[in-house]
Amino acid sequence: MAELATLPEYMLRNAVEMGGQPAIRLKELGIWESYTWSQYAAQVRELSLGLASLGFGREDKLGIIGTNLPRLYWAQVAAQCLGGMAVPVYQDGIAKELAFVLQHAQAKIIVAENQEQVDKILSIRDELPDLQWLIYSDERGMVGYDEDILRSYAEVQAAGRSFDSANAGYFDAEVGKGKSSDVALICYTSGTTGDPKGVMLTHGNLLSCGRIFVANEDVRASDNFLAYLPMAWVGDTVYGLVISLLVGATNNCPERPSTVMRDLREIGPTGIIAPPAIWEGMLSDLQLRGASASPMKRRAFTYFSGIAQRIEDLKFDGKNIPLGLSLLGKLGEFIVFGPIRDQLGMRRARWCLTGGAPMGPDTFRFFRGFGINLKQVYGMTEVGGLVSLQPDNQASPDTVGAPCAGIEVRIADDGEVQVKGEGVFVGYFRQEEKTAEAMSEDGWFRTGDAGLLNENGHLVIIDRAKDVGKLGDGTPFSPQFVELKLKFSPFINEAVSFGDGQPFVSAMVAIDFETVGKWAEGQTLPYTNYMDLSQKPEVVALISEEIRKINQGLPEVSRIKRFLLLSKDLDADDNEITRTRKLRRGFIAEKYGPVIKAFYGGEQEVELRLAVTFEDGSESFVDAHMTIQEAA
Amino acid sequence: MTDTAGSGGGVKLQIQGTTKNFGGVRAVANVSADVQEGEVFAIIGPNGAGKTTMLNMISGFYHPDGGSILFEGRDISQTGASNIAALGIGRTFQNIALFRGMTVLENLMLGRHVLMKSGVLASFLYWGPAQREEVAHRERVEEIIDFLNLTDLRKAPTGALAYGLQKRVELGRALAAEPRLLLLDEPMAGMNQEEKEDMVRYVLDVNQEWGTTIALIEHDMGVVMDISDHVMVMDMGEKISQGTPDEVRADPKVIEAYLGSSDHKEVA
Repeated sequence: MAELATLPEYMLRNAVEMGGQPAIRLKELGIWESYTWSQYAAQVRELSLGLASLGFGREDKLGIIGTNLPRLYWAQVAAQCLGGMAVPVYQDGIAKELAFVLQHAQAKIIVAENQEQVDKILSIRDELPDLQWLIYSDERGMVGYDEDILRSYAEVQAAGRSFDSANAGYFDAEVGKGKSSDVALICYTSGTTGDPKGVMLTHGNLLSCGRIFVANEDVRASDNFLAYLPMAWVGDTVYGLVISLLVGATNNCPERPSTVMRDLREIGPTGIIAPPAIWEGMLSDLQLRGASASPMKRRAFTYFSGIAQRIEDLKFDGKNIPLGLSLLGKLGEFIVFGPIRDQLGMRRARWCLTGGAPMGPDTFRFFRGFGINLKQVYGMTEVGGLVSLQPDNQASPDTVGAPCAGIEVRIADDGEVQVKGEGVFVGYFRQEEKTAEAMSEDGWFRTGDAGLLNENGHLVIIDRAKDVGKLGDGTPFSPQFVELKLKFSPFINEAVSFGDGQPFVSAMVAIDFETVGKWAEGQTLPYTNYMDLSQKPEVVALISEEIRKINQGLPEVSRIKRFLLLSKDLDADDNEITRTRKLRRGFIAEKYGPVIKAFYGGEQEVELRLAVTFEDGSESFVDAHMTIQEAA
Repeated sequence: MTDTAGSGGGVKLQIQGTTKNFGGVRAVANVSADVQEGEVFAIIGPNGAGKTTMLNMISGFYHPDGGSILFEGRDISQTGASNIAALGIGRTFQNIALFRGMTVLENLMLGRHVLMKSGVLASFLYWGPAQREEVAHRERVEEIIDFLNLTDLRKAPTGALAYGLQKRVELGRALAAEPRLLLLDEPMAGMNQEEKEDMVRYVLDVNQEWGTTIALIEHDMGVVMDISDHVMVMDMGEKISQGTPDEVRADPKVIEAYLGSSDHKEVA
């Protein structure tokens, strides 16, 4: 197939070459509604011209806020048809964060999903001098609004139809002007430090990453994907929108965020990408369901999980699998693994990717043991989300795979991973000094990750370069390594470990409210809320035992000596983690300073006044009293 | 039969001198009130004031001993509960009345039973008109599921849901019959603040978006005063006041009934 220059051109090609094939689906009122490529293109055309009639043109920015919906994907492409840029933002962001991003991006028009998002935008309207129109998709509850900037999606499309008849040829001319070097997308990175940065990606960047991925994973027109990750994440654009446009595969939008797991099973996608947090969540859920099943099923689950682990470990070490074990594995496939893959909606998945953050080796092997082709992908927003990918037969929890053909990787003298390729971004929007900092003198992108290339040419990421520290006696200490170990426990949701420059390792642990809650119910242990549950002596004992087990798998010096259970979970609204659930270590160290002091000052208890931010941006304080535990 | 001419198209429900006795107890004594088309009408009062009896008379569970009740100009005081449902009056109950073993979807489908026309045999064969009818009803139920944000609970057994959610399902069950008058018996009772706020949102949405006239009994004065167009206050079976929330709040008789009774409730 000939290579085209822009995303809209691929859409138009699909409309011609596979007009009757499904392009995108949405589950609405309980039914999966399909839109074909020709309907897709018609919808985009109407909206695009509607935007044009509102004065949107080349290099203008279109803010997009909402959950994964065909209309919002169409909005992205519609902006690009006119030579504009799409700026998808996190839909669960609080007003203050939104104000920063939308103001910085100079969004001229914003497309919002529903009343909730409209309310948020209206509340920060004063901070958005560039905003001219606010378009809403869902009309429910919008009756009483009389703000002059509001337009409904349908109205804009109707305006687009009139614009089309008055300006024949306008649309095709605008699409024709598009070049591969035009910026198509500004993705605001969640930013573990400081304010978000707007990563500008061109059509060329996005298509290059998409093409490499399509070639590596053999993506086909008959493929189905579930579009459920935040639209503001670069992965959703590249591994959803872009590859769907490139090969004509179908994207499926879930009914509601709360129905994703069920929708996953109904669609049975042929490929899945998810950050580790989602895999960890699935694992906890599986373990929980395994433990609460009938005794017969529970025994089968436990027994065959063990078999799967043994086979996986042998495979991993490159050893032969004894015949008996191999037969048991086949039996397990029939009794346990197959049905579980079916329950998870992964029976048809040829590839399952984890990326965006490192995954604990135990979680990784668990899924592979169950016959799920889980592989690591490595990339960041600045390189279009793709640097390296594991081939099917070389999946391993320790590497992030070989750099993809067409993407160059080198390790700088200080151990930093640096990347060069067509996918590398053109710069941070309106932050030239930051762009300069991110690029080496000879034009390589500096990832900020410490890593090395192993003997097979696979990339190994150690940690964020600046996070790797040393314990008091000089032993290297990687906080992430300890945290991943902790998070493998179904009872632990988040963990933060300390140790750099300290005599021993300590950790703050946030329990998994759901699993620990279920466990407490099983123990007939009454509790009221997260704070109450997390400070129960029984729960402390439960986590102590988990940590004891984890410690056994760690070398003596790296063992966790002291820990405490946080009285609230880490929350992006409180700035503790990013929207993609990465720890903001600097902020945490500051906020929980007294805890760290207490860890190493030998104190038994700590008082902390915690600010809690609600989704509307209002704040309140909670006084927490937490007891420090000694780990066995 | 009472002449309804001249009562005006704007009145949905007319309560005219209604009385109800249980043995020697006069539960409702000579109460009259009009519920206007498209409004939210609240009945408040201390425990034992006769509110639920009033609602039960409107929905046909009881028949008044004196006076009459007119729905859209038609006397329904002696009509049975099942026929009243078919006339277009839906209700929810103070104590949740759902089929606990059935899913949310099934409960709502059942709510549409009064509107279903296929006979037993046709439904059993599920072919032709019966199938088309089922599909149409399901479509409407899905709209209600979407409206009440029950999407992820569609197939969940009702008995296992949290209390606030069961109340929401109950509202959905009542809405499924497409009532033109919706009676809500303490829709917020026993709910926490968040559940209450959600419920208020839904009640207002039903009223504003679907234009359904709503008559409700509620203990939470804050809620009543916020969402009602008109309020009727009852005490000891009698109507002691009626008007807009502001008028009622300022009425000395109301203050006395509330502050003077053992059932101390703040008139917010």
